[in-house]
Amino acid sequence: MNPEAVAQLRAGNPRVVARAISAVERGGAEAREIIAAIFRHTGRAHIIGVTGAPGTGKSTLVNEFAKHYRQRGQRVGIVAVDPTSPFSGGAILGDRLRMQDLSGDSGVFIRSMATRGAFGGLAAATSDAVKVLDAAGFEIVLVETVGAGQNEVEIAANAHTTIVVEAPGMGDDIQAIKAGIMEIADVLIVNKADHDEVSATIAALEMNLNLKPKAENDWRPPVLKTIATTGEGVADAVAWIGKHRAYLEANNLMQARERARFRAELEMVVQREMMARLLRGVNGTKIERLVEQIAARKMDVYQAAETLIG
Amino acid sequence: MADRPIRVLVAKPGLDGHDRGAKVVARALRDAGMEVIYTGIRQTPEMIAEAALQEDVDVVGLSILSGAHRDLFPRIVAQLKQKQLDDVLLVCGGIIPDDDIPAVKQMGFAGVFGPGTSTQDIAAFIREQIAQKRGARAVIRLRSGQA
Ligand SMILES: Nc1nc2c(ncn2[C@@H]2O[C@H](COP(=O)(O)OP(=O)(O)O)[C@@H](O)[C@H]2O)c(=O)[nH]1
Ligand SMILES: [Mg+2]
Repeated sequence: MNPEAVAQLRAGNPRVVARAISAVERGGAEAREIIAAIFRHTGRAHIIGVTGAPGTGKSTLVNEFAKHYRQRGQRVGIVAVDPTSPFSGGAILGDRLRMQDLSGDSGVFIRSMATRGAFGGLAAATSDAVKVLDAAGFEIVLVETVGAGQNEVEIAANAHTTIVVEAPGMGDDIQAIKAGIMEIADVLIVNKADHDEVSATIAALEMNLNLKPKAENDWRPPVLKTIATTGEGVADAVAWIGKHRAYLEANNLMQARERARFRAELEMVVQREMMARLLRGVNGTKIERLVEQIAARKMDVYQAAETLIG
Repeated sequence: MADRPIRVLVAKPGLDGHDRGAKVVARALRDAGMEVIYTGIRQTPEMIAEAALQEDVDVVGLSILSGAHRDLFPRIVAQLKQKQLDDVLLVCGGIIPDDDIPAVKQMGFAGVFGPGTSTQDIAAFIREQIAQKRGARAVIRLRSGQA
């Protein structure tokens, strides 16, 4: 990436930002070149993950959060991730539909991403897209993912502040507990508080939190109520996001979270690169021959893998 | 470098509130392996161009029923041009009178699909057009030594 393009990216030129995100999403040499050019300009954004079951109101909430931050004059980048169909490789990315209030505002940049499914690819692509937005001067970066599937959950957990969204009225099941994503929540939101059973859902979440052993000075996630479609409770939620950030800063945890993220990224990149390099030196027929041997029970998968690696 | 999936913005400009047709097309394109950014009904030309820009799409597909194409299409094309998105493939579907089709094509819509068009044909058309565009770009890169 030439210095002119970097300058344009840092100035938030939407065309340059959009193209850079496409490139990092695609991966490869161009992606690396971009990251190399912009990485030192990152580290300013407050990265906020928003996760939860489909239909709980994440996109509608993200729209509301963004409006609040815009009122304060902060620039907002949004990455909204939806699943790729495993059958066709295509995807319907519909999160923008709920974010139309933000259109026409050059202080907001919304990007939809499909999970695409390459090994370790999603987390890397999302994290790189966040870096692009960070370098482009978006002070708040909201990352919406579906709270199911390890990759998506990891992405949300890698934020500075992770919000888990729940909605009442899904029977006795509390999706966040079922999906095991309570652990990653810094802020719990019960959205659709206009529905019945809100208090039951809140009580269930509170009880679950109480089960967790608490260290002194530990952050206890608040359980908040919102109605994203009217904006009710959103100001309070934004205030709690601010409190969480202040807590992280007061305890030097911003850096700790960042380090944890970089460690995970590093491991992932090494894994992916090792795999790619290894398989580059192996032709397809060799793998096919090994598969044949495994199928004939002459070798098991571990032994076959060993002949590839060893 | 492997090509990315084709990214398509499906939008419905105009004031009528039906988007069944647009949704059917969106699903068909997904099933054809494309990434479809679906923005729904009542999209203004500005909103369409902004979404196309931020999402860095290969294709903008417009669905229209209200007959507002005469007024809206030129404004959409102008907005896309203003954002330097001239290279995006433009297609449209819905109810466009036969007499208007030449003018719509003249504006830059490569594909104009009437109500009877099969979704497979739409997907095939898009795939073919994008393959051509990508091929042409690859040639340009090779010639200028950027590959
Ligand atoms: N009644 C009610 N509906 C809501 C609320 N928040 C979101 N919705 C609706 O729930 C549906 C799913 O919302 P969306 O934001 O797309 O959920 P996501 O899948 O989690 O991103 C949409 O029809 C929203 O309008 C709320 O607080 N109350
Ligand atoms: Mg959503």
